[in-house]
Amino acid sequence: MSGLVLKDITKSFGSFKAVDTANLSVPHGKFVCLLGPSGCGKTTLLRMIAGLEDPSSGEILLDGTDITPVPTHKRNLGMVFQSLALFPHLSVGDNIAYPLRIRGASREDQKKRSDELLKLIHLSGFSDRPVAKLSGGQRQRVAIARALALSPKLFLLDEPLSALDAKLREAMQVELRQLQQRLGITTFVVTHDQREAMTMADLVVVMGHGKILQAAPPIEIYRKPADAFVADFIGMTNLLDATADRLGRVSVLGQAIPNLVMPEGLTKASVSIRPEDVHLGPVGGDAIAGTVTFVRDLGGTIETFVEAGGKTIVAVATPRERPEVVAGQQVGLILPAEACVVLKS
Amino acid sequence: MKQTFLRRLYFAAVALFLAAPLIVVAGVSVNEKQDLAFPPKGFSLAWYAQIFADPEWRKALIASLSLAVTAAALAVAIALPLAWFLWRRIAPWANVFQILGLAPFILPPVITALGMLTFWATTGFYGQPWTAVISHAIFFVTLPLVTLSLGFASIDRSLVEAAATMGADDRTVLKTVVLPLIRPYLVSGYAFAFVLSLNEYIVAYMTIGFTLETLPIKIFNALRYGYTPTMASVSVFFVAVAALVFGLIARFGDIRRLLGAMSSES
Amino acid sequence: MKREAPKSLADYSPLFFPGLMLIVFFVIPFSTMIAVSFFQRDPSGFYTPDFVFTNYARFLSLFFGKVLGFSLVLAVMVAICCVVIAFPFTFLLTKRPRKVQTIWLVCLLSVLSLSEVIIGFAWSTLFSRTAGITNLFVAIGLMKEPVALLPSFWAVLTGMVYQALPYTILVLYPALVRLDPTLLEAARTLGASPVRAFMNVVVPALRNTIVATLIMVFVFALGSYLLPQILGRPSHWTLSVLITDQAIYQSNMPFAAAMAVFLVLMSLALVGLTLLVGRRENAL
Ligand SMILES: Nc1ncnc2c1ncn2[C@@H]1O[C@H](COP(=O)(O)OP(=O)(O)O)[C@@H](O)[C@H]1O
Ligand SMILES: [Mg+2]
Repeated sequence: MSGLVLKDITKSFGSFKAVDTANLSVPHGKFVCLLGPSGCGKTTLLRMIAGLEDPSSGEILLDGTDITPVPTHKRNLGMVFQSLALFPHLSVGDNIAYPLRIRGASREDQKKRSDELLKLIHLSGFSDRPVAKLSGGQRQRVAIARALALSPKLFLLDEPLSALDAKLREAMQVELRQLQQRLGITTFVVTHDQREAMTMADLVVVMGHGKILQAAPPIEIYRKPADAFVADFIGMTNLLDATADRLGRVSVLGQAIPNLVMPEGLTKASVSIRPEDVHLGPVGGDAIAGTVTFVRDLGGTIETFVEAGGKTIVAVATPRERPEVVAGQQVGLILPAEACVVLKS
Repeated sequence: MKQTFLRRLYFAAVALFLAAPLIVVAGVSVNEKQDLAFPPKGFSLAWYAQIFADPEWRKALIASLSLAVTAAALAVAIALPLAWFLWRRIAPWANVFQILGLAPFILPPVITALGMLTFWATTGFYGQPWTAVISHAIFFVTLPLVTLSLGFASIDRSLVEAAATMGADDRTVLKTVVLPLIRPYLVSGYAFAFVLSLNEYIVAYMTIGFTLETLPIKIFNALRYGYTPTMASVSVFFVAVAALVFGLIARFGDIRRLLGAMSSES
Repeated sequence: MKREAPKSLADYSPLFFPGLMLIVFFVIPFSTMIAVSFFQRDPSGFYTPDFVFTNYARFLSLFFGKVLGFSLVLAVMVAICCVVIAFPFTFLLTKRPRKVQTIWLVCLLSVLSLSEVIIGFAWSTLFSRTAGITNLFVAIGLMKEPVALLPSFWAVLTGMVYQALPYTILVLYPALVRLDPTLLEAARTLGASPVRAFMNVVVPALRNTIVATLIMVFVFALGSYLLPQILGRPSHWTLSVLITDQAIYQSNMPFAAAMAVFLVLMSLALVGLTLLVGRRENAL
């Protein structure tokens, strides 16, 4: 198939598996975000795709051919390093023209292409500056332009925005996404920021402890997390222990949830429900009884912390949707079946 | 206040100690007549002209300069591939060569000198001018090896990886990234080896001492057969060359880092 | 370009030239020297191959014992003088602005690179009767007439301290320049005077560095071969001088080699000790 396929990729450092049997298939032109907590193996996986690290086992296929034995310099990549890795001995323009220069392009061609790219990243006229004289955001963009100079097959970025302040980061996220859509290059971005992943990605790949836990479009990851780890890592969620009652219905905090059936073969599970799906109502009926412990009014939204059965459950709503509650008040929690995700625990 | 004064006094004392013999030598070197008087009697720069005018001194000067220029180049030629290999590859056993490269400098010089003497005598090349070049190159290979190792260690490996992702093979990376980045360390390694080779006595003496006179050998021989102010002027010339070379390194490089300060916090 | 173990012969190629040079021109000469130390002296040529211990047996003489003892005592004195002068100096130097440090370092390197011949000549001039320091004392009325201050033990010691002082400072420099400044500031905020803070904080913190430096300067001083000849009497000759003398003027290479082997073993033992001390420091 066309695109990038990882087949049972494993990378061990001694006895420690930094990446553990990763399988992934990415169609051509997709924007992929590798997401996971620090130390889960994202950089290692990206470096294996780049050929900077050899997999201990498994293979990497690009458009059907195994590229595992191909050395980095023959893979036709563009990569942006976490440190950016701009050459301190070259000017901005020479940095961007570097891939052309080493392929023997003429001075004019180099200049033409680097000017083109400088325009693309809104840094026209910066060609002769030393890189040390640029701001963080400008350096970021130079690194991106340099990686794109030869229209690579794969565009790899390792936490490219982590060094920027929040505002610039958001702007760059949008810019990066638009640039990728315009150029149609298969792109991998490593990040540990789930908002960033949600903003940019066609496909979010969540990793934990070296394993790929789920690979799906952002909204699916959010709505249908594959397991408790993913649910917990992507956005805020309420994770509740669940058991099956006599009728096979899912029961949490001693209260069965209407219309939610425990999957075949399970007796115990976790239920994940997003705070915005938790409704507050009067005590009684199918509602779970609880006590409001804390209310946080953020202006745009209100977070209500409710204690029930020894657990704290968070509910989020806009001020208009939410009935006025105060700390200490008894409330009923309603967990709509369609919003609950039953996960193996 | 008192502390600043004491510190200045201390610094001045050290400076005086280091400078005193050189001041006396400089004074002696400008004597008008051929005697070693201090303070000098009269003033004349004739003894400096002697270095270049007197055929004997000129020969020694040329011998010393040729030796230093070539020996330093050879030392760098040995150190560069070695330092590159140690940085480029994971090969712990290759550190043996690094130790071999450091050993001649750490051991008392007379040992290297004697080793060279026995070696050249045994192989039958004793007295050939080029034996001194090789001997000095080995003796001083430590200096470029240390500066180059420092230089390689200062290269951020992600720069090399970035070059590879853009299509640069090993050779291209070396040419376009690594060499430009270590050039200052290369130059200072050469300069250190050059200045020390210029001043070296015992190894040169034991290898070519009876066939060719370098400046230090000539000074020492002259010391035994009677003093002349030319010796003083040559000494001043040596100090000036060393100060000039190290001054240039400091001007265009970071001498503090070369000598062990972490980095140039600027 | 991955950093990995070399696999093919081509991967090893950068090592060929340096390896060849170091083996042929350092390892082999060194081994030759060791071999020669067991050879017989041949008064007409250099030596004749043999396997005898007579060269080593000569160590056991009183004369040799005296020279060895003197060399060691002299090197110890030089090491102590240098470290005592250099340690506070280097410490203060690292607190100066970068520019001042750079100028000092350039000067120190210039003196360090000076030929032993030149150092010997310079001090012999300074200590001489005709051009020496005593002329100055006469001029300011401290002395009646100029005297020669050499040859003497003190002249040898001064010359060797002069030679080793820049070396000592440059060996101490990295450790002191990297010393955490907050260490001293902490002591100062607790009310210690600068001198006390230096003695109670800096010196103990760098105790191992000081020991290692003492050993390195000691080995450096052991290597001095011209100053004892120029500034001292024959009774002030050290092992290094004796080796040169035997090899060149007495044409007794086997004996010179045996002494050199002995000197190597002693130096190596001391360098090993330095590394051990250094390792302990890093482990802390
Ligand atoms: N060269 C290496 N040697 C040993 N362990 C490594 C090496 N590179 C990475 N690791 C380990 O592998 C794990 C994953 O690292 P990394 O891929 O950098 O994580 P992430 O980028 O997700 O933060 C970490 O625990 C790290 O310590
Ligand atoms: Mg990482």
